[in-house]
Amino acid sequence: MPEQPYEPEGAIAGTGMGGAMDLAASEAVTLEKTPGGPEGTGPQQKPRSLWSDAWRDLRRNPVFIISGLVILFLVVISLWPSLIASGNPLKCDLAKAQEGSQPGHPFGYDGQGCDVYTRTVYGTRISISVGVLATLGVAVLGSVLGGLAGYFGGAWDSVMSRITDIFFAIPVVLGGLVLLSVVTSNTIWPVIGFIVLLGWTQVYRIARGSVITAKQNDYVQAARALGASDSRILLRHIAPNAVAPVIVVATIALGTYIALEATLSYLGVGLKPPTVSWGIDISSASAYIRNAPHMLLWPAGALAITVLAFIMLGDAVRDALDPKLR
Amino acid sequence: MGRYVVRRLLQMIPVFIGATLLIFLMVNVMGDPIAGLCGDKQCDPATAAQLKKEFGLDKPVWQQYLTYMGNVFTGDFGTAFNGQKVTELMSTAFPVTIRLTIVAILFEIVIGITLGVVTGLRRGRPVDTSVLLLTLVVISVPTFVTGLLLQLLLGVEWGWIKPSVSTDATFSELIVPGLVLASVSLAYVTRLTRTSIAENRRADYVRTAIAKGLPRQRVIIRHLLRNSLIPVVTFIGTDIGALMGGAIVTERIFNIHGVGYQLYQGILRQNTQTVVGFVTVLVLVFLVANLLVDLLYAVLDPRIRYA
Amino acid sequence: MRGATHAKWAACAAAVALAATACGGGGSDSGGGDSGAVLSSSWGDPQNPLEPANTNEVQGGKVLDMIFRGLKRYNPKTGAAEDMLAEKIDTSDSQNFTVTVKSGWKFSNGEAVTAQSFVDAWNYGASLKNNQKNAYFFGYIEGYDKVHPEDGSKQTADTLSGLKVTGTNTFTVKLTQKFSTFPDTLGYPAFAPLPKAFFSDHAAWIKKPVGNGPYAIESYTKGSKMSLRKWDGYPGDDKAENGGVDLKVYTDNNTAYTDLMAGNLDLVDDVPAAQLKNVKNDLGDRYLNTPAGIIQTLAFPFYDKNWNKSGSEKVRKGLSMAINREQITNTIFQKTRTPATDWTSPVLGEKGGFQDGLCGDGCEYKPDEAKKLIQEGGGLPGGQVKISYNADTGSHKEWVDAVCNSINNALGNDKACVGNPVGTFADFRNQITQKKMSGPFRAGWQMDYPLIQNFLQPLYYTNASSNDGKWSNKDFDKLVDQANQETDTSKAIGLFQDAEKVVRDNMAAIPLWYQNGSAGWSDRLSNVALNPFSVPVYNEIKVG
Repeated sequence: MPEQPYEPEGAIAGTGMGGAMDLAASEAVTLEKTPGGPEGTGPQQKPRSLWSDAWRDLRRNPVFIISGLVILFLVVISLWPSLIASGNPLKCDLAKAQEGSQPGHPFGYDGQGCDVYTRTVYGTRISISVGVLATLGVAVLGSVLGGLAGYFGGAWDSVMSRITDIFFAIPVVLGGLVLLSVVTSNTIWPVIGFIVLLGWTQVYRIARGSVITAKQNDYVQAARALGASDSRILLRHIAPNAVAPVIVVATIALGTYIALEATLSYLGVGLKPPTVSWGIDISSASAYIRNAPHMLLWPAGALAITVLAFIMLGDAVRDALDPKLR
Repeated sequence: MGRYVVRRLLQMIPVFIGATLLIFLMVNVMGDPIAGLCGDKQCDPATAAQLKKEFGLDKPVWQQYLTYMGNVFTGDFGTAFNGQKVTELMSTAFPVTIRLTIVAILFEIVIGITLGVVTGLRRGRPVDTSVLLLTLVVISVPTFVTGLLLQLLLGVEWGWIKPSVSTDATFSELIVPGLVLASVSLAYVTRLTRTSIAENRRADYVRTAIAKGLPRQRVIIRHLLRNSLIPVVTFIGTDIGALMGGAIVTERIFNIHGVGYQLYQGILRQNTQTVVGFVTVLVLVFLVANLLVDLLYAVLDPRIRYA
Repeated sequence: MRGATHAKWAACAAAVALAATACGGGGSDSGGGDSGAVLSSSWGDPQNPLEPANTNEVQGGKVLDMIFRGLKRYNPKTGAAEDMLAEKIDTSDSQNFTVTVKSGWKFSNGEAVTAQSFVDAWNYGASLKNNQKNAYFFGYIEGYDKVHPEDGSKQTADTLSGLKVTGTNTFTVKLTQKFSTFPDTLGYPAFAPLPKAFFSDHAAWIKKPVGNGPYAIESYTKGSKMSLRKWDGYPGDDKAENGGVDLKVYTDNNTAYTDLMAGNLDLVDDVPAAQLKNVKNDLGDRYLNTPAGIIQTLAFPFYDKNWNKSGSEKVRKGLSMAINREQITNTIFQKTRTPATDWTSPVLGEKGGFQDGLCGDGCEYKPDEAKKLIQEGGGLPGGQVKISYNADTGSHKEWVDAVCNSINNALGNDKACVGNPVGTFADFRNQITQKKMSGPFRAGWQMDYPLIQNFLQPLYYTNASSNDGKWSNKDFDKLVDQANQETDTSKAIGLFQDAEKVVRDNMAAIPLWYQNGSAGWSDRLSNVALNPFSVPVYNEIKVG
């Protein structure tokens, strides 16, 4: 490792980062209020918290509104797919296998002669549930454990970090074949549980890293000097400043988890037939990219729109939480 | 710092034992590998029993584990079902995969961070949007498909590369597979860098540096980038292990006989010796990579101290 | 390519010495071709060591077919068992055989092939302590129960008492029962002779096997490549027409196909199903699709009461009639499989016992009748059938889904049939051997030798080695016993067909389709053919 020539720039960088506090207007507001507030009771005493500030911002942000509407639409489709698709996703006629677009069947047929449009619409429910729930699980578990490890350090950090090392060592294929082949349940929960179990370590590491950086900041030191409790420092001061990388990773992971579900199904341990999901359709379509690219295009397109919506949402939320960008 | 490193090295011992035990148990849970060895026909019971004895599968699991670990410490990683030494498999597979991983990581660092910096500085501009679209394509089209498409286009239609990698697996042959392998991670690295850069570019120290009249490039690289790299470095660090063990799809498409391939074969054939051996080495790689990442934190942000 | 040039020189020298044929420019005999040129071919990593009696899958079999010749060889075109190293095999009672080995044959290391080479090899293959997975092939030979006690008791002999060497080139075989077609089974690789080096330095032999076939192994890198070169001293008539074969291990047949298109590979003997539609475009007429001795069926768990009660046979027959084989083979497999109409294979030929249409209407697509039959039989057990298959190899998902869709459409119920993937082949086999199946499951059978006996006895005889559904029927067993003892071949085949009719009347397994072998090759090659085992006939391929 090269020796670091810290002297002038390093010093500036060191203090400069701490100085971010000055820009953090709303942060400063909460900081000022902190000593006055009696142990965090009575929310009415804080007219403008960071979160309510963020919410006010978000409501005016067009990016947030558009992505929110797309997600709302996806949720509605997940709940009531028959609203926009009248067909039956399981009704397939092999005679029409791989045929392209035709009246009444705008997206054409897949390799088994099922209607691609109907399957894409019906696949929304499973794919969105797996993606969103697994991402939530991973983000919550990973950032809580990672945040604590990064903040407290010491033995807790060592033990947790080494546990993540062990989890990292489990190959996804092996884990899937072992853990999921035992399960006979026909629901999406084993798959979600599996993704969370193997996925949380990534967010853990990212969260731990950002918290380690964030806790060096002057405003954290200041809050501590003023006698704030650990939980208050973590939630009020560190979390908003460390959450950005977690949001980035989580929004991208959402897409990869939807794809991972496909890999698991491909391995024969994911969702059991006759489940309809984008992932399953994408993986079965990929063998035919030379002959019938339309089979891949639509479910993959739906996945892309979903990921885009969540990335944009994540970006907007992050921006709203970051006072420096105001 | 020295004490910290020593402590971390010592911590590797329990992790090592824990991970090998876990993998050992997992492969065992998968059940009896002998049935698969006999193909579509059923082995006669006598041969099956004899095979079990030969591979030591007739003993209780804990005893198998102890024997295995005992052998590992003397450098004997056992024998695969086809009669090949696992160490021999490793000596052919790891160099190939390490080269592939290096190519992939280089792509992540060079392309990922560059794109991240550019988009972070030009948020909302056309560059940012087009990179976002590219990211979306990479995420929503599985590696399987991007790999196959590149292979078809570059290998068959345009004839720029050979569609499959030879047994030598030189660096030049691994460029396209490396890019495919890195693609999803590239998306992560780009977005992570972009966010960090965007967050830090208005920080005081950057303003100070600009006010001091330092050249723009110097400010970006020495001040802005350095302070934005922690999440990125964390990600790349954890990715090294994932790339090495998880290249199953890429290695399959380009016919690379590396770690991912051996691991996948081992898992499907439930060959404990191969799987545990390879994973053991991978665990060591993870541990070292994580240690390096933690040490890098201190380099990137001098306020972080390890005692 | 240095190796190739070298081999070419050697080949020419040998050709001059042996037959004084023209050499140099190639173009010597019909069709031309450079007899020194080496071709590359796709391969899969064999999962067991390459011992003849230990190789039970086609990838290892490919190599054995190139480096070994046994007493008999199956004609690459007709599949008929023809004498190879056997001068003659005599018997008067179908139980005691006298084998005379041709003289003048050698292993590629110079050692002569004698009666002892065979007897040693067979004893090795049968002996329990050697862990040979094909040991049961020697099960008919007297003394097998001593060298390979099935019940796990101690092995009391090292050699089969039924094998006796009576001269340099003669040995006798005594079987435990009458088995009239025994000589015809001897083309199976497990019966190949082995050189002394196999026993004296086993580890070295495994690293680089030595045999007596038209090719010798030049180098072998496990898991990635094997280089085979023409063996110039080969005494047989089926000499290699090319300089050698480089077998390259591919983990995915799709990659091999792409390599073929890019000109990186000469021969692919397993064209991926998804590419079949493009084959005409990509390869033109450099593509082959011929019947192979493989049949795919759906087996049933007869240990499960739901599938083994009165009326079940109607349900099974109904399911069979709900499967639109024609459409599935045309669409999913692009005609590389043929709808099955009996339980054997067309490669046997009419004379060998294949009977087109033996299955009758039970294998025809009649959705209305199917629905009726299933209702008469008491409906589907539990209201749903789950077809189990292993997801790791062979892309079975596609056809299982298609079969299920066909059944669902016939029965007018979306959920009458669903696929049930099992993660690994080993797990799938475990569930079968431990009798854990609760519905029909994929069963494939690739023949060991082209005899009707091989399509029936191992699969449906009570407690036979591949009777995965544990079906048992006294009439069937009796007919098979009678057929095995019958010395008149055509009568024996008639009896086997009677036994097959018992299988039909009970619908012991649903025949799906006969699998073809397919191959594509580069424009360097000519005279490419597949034998009935869907292995390329390498020695006949011409390069250039």
